[in-house]
This record gives sequence, C-alpha cells and structure tokens, in this order.
Amino acid sequence: MLAVETKGLTIGYRAAGRDITVLSDVDLSVPEGEFLTILGPSGCGKSTLLRVVADLLPPLGGEISVLGASPADVRKRRQTGFVFQESTLLPWRNVAENIALPAKVGGKLKTLASPDRIEALIDLMGLTGLAQRLPSHLSGGQRQRVAIARALLTEPKLLLMDEPFGALDEITRDRLNDELLDIWRRTGMTVLFVTHSIQEAVYLGQRVMMLAANPGRIVAVTDTRPLKSPDNRCNRDAPDLITEMARQRAMLEQAS
Amino acid sequence: MNGTSLPTWLQIALPVFGVFSILLAWQFLLPFSGVPEYVAPTPTQIFEVFRTQMPMLWSNFKPTFVEAIAGFFFGNLAAFLSAVVFAYSRIVRLAYFPVVLFFNTIPILALSPIIILIFGLGMLPKIIIAAFICFFPTLVNMIRGLMSATPNEEELLRVLSATPWETFWRLRFPRSLPMLFASLRISSATAVIGAIVGEWIGSDKGLGALIIQATLNYQSGKLYAAIMMSSLLSISLFLLASSVERLVVRYR
Repeated sequence: MLAVETKGLTIGYRAAGRDITVLSDVDLSVPEGEFLTILGPSGCGKSTLLRVVADLLPPLGGEISVLGASPADVRKRRQTGFVFQESTLLPWRNVAENIALPAKVGGKLKTLASPDRIEALIDLMGLTGLAQRLPSHLSGGQRQRVAIARALLTEPKLLLMDEPFGALDEITRDRLNDELLDIWRRTGMTVLFVTHSIQEAVYLGQRVMMLAANPGRIVAVTDTRPLKSPDNRCNRDAPDLITEMARQRAMLEQAS
Repeated sequence: MNGTSLPTWLQIALPVFGVFSILLAWQFLLPFSGVPEYVAPTPTQIFEVFRTQMPMLWSNFKPTFVEAIAGFFFGNLAAFLSAVVFAYSRIVRLAYFPVVLFFNTIPILALSPIIILIFGLGMLPKIIIAAFICFFPTLVNMIRGLMSATPNEEELLRVLSATPWETFWRLRFPRSLPMLFASLRISSATAVIGAIVGEWIGSDKGLGALIIQATLNYQSGKLYAAIMMSSLLSISLFLLASSVERLVVRYR
C-alpha cells in the first residue's frame, strides 16, 4: 500500500469565494516506510501540500489518498502525527502533560497516556528529568523534542513535519536530524519532511522532492539512496553527498 | 533599577517605614498646617471612630460588601458567558460588538439614576450597578482572550481530531485565563465603586450612604473611617482574585 498517493492534485487556498492555486498537477507516490523530504523556497506550496495530507486544508482539485483512505478518515483514525515549525506546546502544560495531549482529546486513546509510556517517550527524546518543566523553561531544541514526542504518542503510521528544525541552530539541528533518522529506522513509519535547507533535505531524505515558486511546481524528484547505505545512513561530509547538494542548489537557482 | 537587589529585610521594612512615616507626618504636622478638623482628622481621631463606633461601621459595611461581591460575581459571570457567544459567532460579533463598545463608554454615574428609577431603592439596583461596571471590561477582555489561540494551536487540535468542546476546554479557555484574571483584578476595585455610587444615589445604609451623611454633617472622622473600609473591601477582593490567579494560571 502507498502511504500517500496523489493524481492531478491541485492545492491552494479559498479566499473570498475564489480559489488561489499554489501548486497544481501534483502526481506523487510515497511508498509506506519512505523518508521523503520536500524542499523548496517559501511560497512554493510545500507547507500547503503537507496541510492537505493532514486534512488541515481541503484540496482544490484532483485526487489524494493517504494510507488507502481519505485524509479526513486518516486524521479521525489518528494515524498521522504533525510537527509544526513553532513547537506549538501549550504553555500551561508541562512537558509530560504536553506529550499526553493527543490522548486527552479526540477520543478512544486514553490508555496511550500511561505514565510508563510518557516516561519512555521522554527518555527516547532525551528529555529525562524535564517531565515537570513548563515550555517557557525549555530551550528551542528541547521544545521541538517535546513536540516530536507528542506526535509519536499515537504511534502514527505517517509523520508530517513542517520545517520542524528551521528555527534551531545548526548543531542542534544536525543532532535532531540523526535522532529523527534513528526513530524512523526503529518504527518504520513514513515521514514527509518539509524544509528549505538543501543540506537537510539531501541528508535526511531517501527521495528529495524539489518545488519551485511563482508558479508553484515540482522541479524534480531525486533518489538519494544510491549515495547512502541501505538503511539511509551516510556521512554528512561524504563527497557524493556534497556534490548532490551542489546539484540541488544549481537546480533550485535555475528554477527560480 | 540599579541592578543590585536589596536584602529581604529591607524589602519588607521599607514599605512599612513608608506607611508609618506618612502616618506620623499626618498626625504631628497636620495640627500646625491650619487645616480645620472637619476637613481632615488626624489618624488617632480616625482610629477613635473605629474603636467607639465599630458596630455602626460594621452594619454599614455589610450591605456594601454583599452588593459588591454579588455584583462582581454576576457581572463577571454574565460577561464570561456572553464572551463565549461572541467568540464563537462572527455574526453576533459583527452585530453587537459596537454596541458593547458604546455601553462601555457610558459613565456609570450617568447610568445609575436610571437603574435606581427602574429597580427602586433596595439592594438589587446596587448589585446591578456593580455588575454593570464589571461586565463590559471583562466581556471585552474575555472575547480577546478566547480568540487569542494561535493558528498553529488551532491546527494542532484539529490534527488531533479534538471536538469543539475539547478545543474550548483544552485550548481556548486556558488561553484566555491571563486576560480574564487581569479584568477580575480591575473588577475587584470597580465593583466596590459601583456599589458605593448606587448607595450615594438612593440608600440610607451602606458605606456610600455613610460617606454622604458624614460629609453633610462635617463628621470627618466617620467619613475617613468609611473611606478606609471601602478601600479595605476593594483590597480583599483584589487579593482574592490574585491568589486564585496564582493557583490557576501557570504561565504568563
């Protein structure tokens, strides 16, 4: 089964009764278990695409199926996790309570928030000892770790990440990239990862989908697996990887 | 604001010193200033009123206390419930928010006689005036508070398939609490003002009535005692609101 499949998908916004198309004719097939990065400048529609998959926005046209069903059904079945660029932690809930939030709403998941499970997620994300902290007393990197732990609570089959590390310093970002890859390897979930960083896109993605803006369009979908080990491992400084990043940059510049 | 913080004992001692220095100056310098006693009594004269006429002061304190508390409670409760309607209905907001802003600008002194005319001379009109004065600031603040969740927070709750009820209690209501308590703290003073203004216009008991009588009879000791009791009432309501806030609001 495909995790995400679109045919002639048109996405955008409906404003004042008129459709504003951001991206059209998207044909995309993401096999289950794949790590796909979506790369592009601001305004290219990469976040919009993610929102359509998450059922936060209706598509303007075309077809989309997620895990063999409609985005709305998948959302109601709680099979997607979403991580925003701003961690979007509720400031009045501490770390443990924020991670438990998905089990407190939407019904039928109350058992997921057992103290053991919350603690396991806290340890998994390297937040040991911070369970009682309020978000205002966490660093940017720690906040994003909490946001990821929260998204993992429902054991999603599909993790959607909208520039989750865009506001972090480079060292923290690199570390979180590696931790994310570890979790992905262990869980086998599908990840759609939106970023504007070429480095991050090439390092993380098994495939990199590049979008351009004005008008929004898909420029290329690059398979980076030949550059990496079978379990998607690679050295950040490997010459092949650097060459690929340069190639992506050239493509992006040509397209804009 | 010079960076170094004072030792704890000084932080406590200085305000106490400040209050006592003014009381002492008032007590000992006033007699030399030529201000007549019916305009300004000395602190000991006010204390004497408290000592000798406590039952009379207390019997006037009680109705004002009840009116202010009841007005505070019902005014803010009505504001909270209306704010929910306003926050959830764009049509109600568009139609009635200008009306709210208009009512908010009416001076309570201008409106009180009408309320007394309609509801008579009992405690009810005073409660209504106190409630009215609390209602609009809380309504305006609470509408803003309930609508202050960020788009990302709304999206988060939607991804989690939260029901509207859950979104209200998990997101919108806790988001509004800092603004709610900000207006409750303001209300704690204005509710007392409302009750006293109501008593000025039509009552023979309560702190407001006492203030008017004492002024007309040149009983400055009684007048100042009544003023101090009014302020005591405001302060206790304020402290109540802030201590509940400290228990409930975990962030700023």
